Amino acid sequence: MKVKEKIIEFILKFCASITILTTVGIIAVLLFESIAFFKSVSIFEFLTDTQWTPLYSEKHFGILALVSGTFLTAAIAIAVALPIGLTIAIYLNMYAPTSFRKTLKPFLEILAAIPTVVYGFFALTIVTPFLQSIYPDLETFNSLSAGIVMGIMIIPFISSLSEDALYAVPKSLKLASFGMGATRFQTAFKVMIPAASSGIIVSIILAISRAIGETMIVAIAAGQQPQLTLNPTVPVQTITSYIVQVSMGDAPQGSIEYKTIFAAGLTLFIFTFILNSFSFYIKKKYQEKYE
Amino acid sequence: MNNHKKNKYIDQSFKVLGVLFTMLGIFILGVLIYNIVVAGFSRINWDFLTSLPSRKPERAGIYTAIIGTLDLMLLTVLFAIPIGVGAGIYLEEYAKKSKFSSILEINISNLAGVPSIIYGLLGLGIFVRFFGFGGSILSGSLTLSLLILPIIIVATREAIKAVPHSLKEASYALGASKWQTIKNVVIPSSFGGVLTGIILSLSRAIGETAPLIVVGAMAYVPFVPHSIFDTYSVLPMQIFSWTTRPQQGFAIAAAGAIIILLLITFIMNGIAVYFRNKWQKKLK
Repeated sequence: MKVKEKIIEFILKFCASITILTTVGIIAVLLFESIAFFKSVSIFEFLTDTQWTPLYSEKHFGILALVSGTFLTAAIAIAVALPIGLTIAIYLNMYAPTSFRKTLKPFLEILAAIPTVVYGFFALTIVTPFLQSIYPDLETFNSLSAGIVMGIMIIPFISSLSEDALYAVPKSLKLASFGMGATRFQTAFKVMIPAASSGIIVSIILAISRAIGETMIVAIAAGQQPQLTLNPTVPVQTITSYIVQVSMGDAPQGSIEYKTIFAAGLTLFIFTFILNSFSFYIKKKYQEKYE
Repeated sequence: MNNHKKNKYIDQSFKVLGVLFTMLGIFILGVLIYNIVVAGFSRINWDFLTSLPSRKPERAGIYTAIIGTLDLMLLTVLFAIPIGVGAGIYLEEYAKKSKFSSILEINISNLAGVPSIIYGLLGLGIFVRFFGFGGSILSGSLTLSLLILPIIIVATREAIKAVPHSLKEASYALGASKWQTIKNVVIPSSFGGVLTGIILSLSRAIGETAPLIVVGAMAYVPFVPHSIFDTYSVLPMQIFSWTTRPQQGFAIAAAGAIIILLLITFIMNGIAVYFRNKWQKKLK
């Protein structure tokens, strides 16, 4: 009996350990192929060259061209999602009647459940033509449309997580502020948001991390031209859509094209790892504040 | 305008803004669904569901993509559920406060934030190349399993946490061992929560495209896979490949396939919400 219990515990522990193996596997695969990549391309060139053309005969390996596309689309997404998501969170928490809140939240969360390939289709065939009717110079593939649609997708991340954070603030704080004669608006911005700031910051960081790693929307709607630009009306390429482009073709294993996707993936992994660790740190540090 | 009136005015304006933005979110959801249904509804019929993909858009169907999606999900369920639920049970019931368990915890929260395409690179390096499974259903489902593992683990833990302590103590008082308690008390009473998490994680997996592109899902598969080592396509992959073609006919076919994919996603989410509500009522 005792032995059986031990064996079961061991099996369960092994299941949990698979998550560690996953992380080790990710880092090992990315490093292994990237090291092979950096044997043919210097890190200096990788970080400073402004062109990324591994698929052309004249090859350049400047990751900046992909990083700029990644951050441009992510910045547009955050510019859309942050004000809208935060306003919705405050509205649902401070203004909306409880029944209204309970119905609306799941509805908004549907936005996060829609597969990203559907958003890509939406961006390319509906949003881009609509934007072109306002601004005719907009190219068919552009970071504006992709960024806006990505922003719509991450609204529920910010609104739901921020609302959870606002909800966790003790009622007494809110009531004390009302008791002083403050309006809901004043209470929201002077009491609730500062009190829930760590949770709200975490939601924003997770949204940024999500936007940087988002693939299908940009692969479909933002184009495939790596370029160092801040112009949202022209095609760009992100790290993720480059990986998709190479994967759709057939780069033979061991070729430089094959290795580039791991070097690009490593760059992406480092960005999201820093953001995720930062949010984890904030969560842990401020967790007990009101408990 | 005095101060009091001004504050009232700001307060009301913000309320209007809040209503507008909330409605905007719902409105965009409506626009998205409306446009896709209008574009693709004409394609939805029995032929579309049972035809092979074709180079002629008006004859192309999603049969192989649907079968591929089903096969892939079946295998993913097989891999991910036992491991995910097992890991959740371990973390909630066995793990003591140690360095190892805190590393496990940080690691899982970090994995949940890793972009899905990175899982694709992991699958490419390990399953496709190292184990030599190639661009097969097996590689795809192993990759997706790792991707949804954190979701299942977190859901399992939450569900187990919600089980009242008194139930477990009653079981121990009757002389049950730890595993007997888990098997006969903890798992049955957390089942609804675990199930909700599993369905939600699968609805996420069904819509995944990026990691499958990297591990070799095909854009054009003119036959039904017969074994787990065969190549395959999935619904989102088919949508992606049709969306990127210039012919208008393929955009219509893509919209048709999207309707099917959204139906599956919404139904799964609906079922998950239903189980969650039922389970939460039962727990109370």
